[in-house]
Amino acid sequence: MNDKKSARVLVVTSGKGGVGKTTSTAALGAALAHLGEKVVVIDFDVGLRNLDLVMGAERRVVFDLINVIHGVAKLPQALIRDKRLENLHLLPASQTRDKDALTEDGVAKVIAELRSKFDWIICDSPAGIERGATLAMRYADAAIIVTNPEVSSVRDSDRIIGLLDSKTEKAERGECVDKQLLITRYHPWRAARGEMLSIDDVLEILSIPLLGIVPESEEVLRASNVGSPVTLNSPLSSPARAYFEAARRLKGETIPMYVPSESRGIFNKLFGRKAA
Amino acid sequence: MKLFKLFGRGSAPVARERLQILLAHERNALHQPDLLGVLREEILALISRHVSFDPDKVQIKMDRGKSVSTLAVDIEIPNSYGVAGGGFLARSPAGALAQ
Repeated sequence: MNDKKSARVLVVTSGKGGVGKTTSTAALGAALAHLGEKVVVIDFDVGLRNLDLVMGAERRVVFDLINVIHGVAKLPQALIRDKRLENLHLLPASQTRDKDALTEDGVAKVIAELRSKFDWIICDSPAGIERGATLAMRYADAAIIVTNPEVSSVRDSDRIIGLLDSKTEKAERGECVDKQLLITRYHPWRAARGEMLSIDDVLEILSIPLLGIVPESEEVLRASNVGSPVTLNSPLSSPARAYFEAARRLKGETIPMYVPSESRGIFNKLFGRKAA
Repeated sequence: MKLFKLFGRGSAPVARERLQILLAHERNALHQPDLLGVLREEILALISRHVSFDPDKVQIKMDRGKSVSTLAVDIEIPNSYGVAGGGFLARSPAGALAQ
């Protein structure tokens, strides 16, 4: 029996670097796979790949996205199946080529082939607004905009929203790419003290719906140190729970938004409970 | 939370305000690439059909406000070789047609 799937294509993007695109791609991909979905995550950061490292698959890369585009390898040869979740796959970027090796037609073909085999295709965009980033968003049905509550990140996100509304295939067809905001590296007590932009500030400025709020946490660093998405490495930690809830919202579930506590005391209790 | 803001301890309100102003400008700029440049060119072309002036002595300024923006055009016209008396405003469209 050949069950024909039709994947939803997501791009995880931000404009600014270092805000958590790769971490979020890995965490959401693993969370969706854990929830029973068939997921492939694609690294579009040609020349500076890192999704393989964050997912702990860096020593299993044989072929990559560019090899597939150039016909050096077939798509199934380049897909790496996750060791922990059998319905999670990674398509790595090339480390040696430059971003010009990506072609629009090539990416279109790869996405089209993956669409029939997966439920979710998650494209991890490189930072910036150049070729890699525009091709990562090119065929997206929906975009997850990763933003830190900080001025330069919010500005770049605004710019990326503009690109999603003009440079994607869906936008060119006169349709609208579904856009959702994922706020990462959030410090509740800093926001409470007025030292950091609050969730409301960011939402008001960018005016797109909120997918989730991921608090700043040492668990994220710990997970990347050991090469495991935070949702698998410490599933009960506050960032992992935020990612799991975001994944369930992506699946269409209605889950009340959990805003990490804005008082330090409660926030600490939260960590205390997790450790117990 | 409000208390801290009232005492002006945090810098977040400043960040928020700076972003709102900046993004209002940048969003406009994306939709109207170089609006000022286009306006400048067309306004100068129009006026130079009627009076002569030194292009270096032209100032075009746009102040974008929240609800209203103002466009200020300041052109210095020398009386010696412009038109006598009331400057270029004195020239009627009829004068232009007569040329």
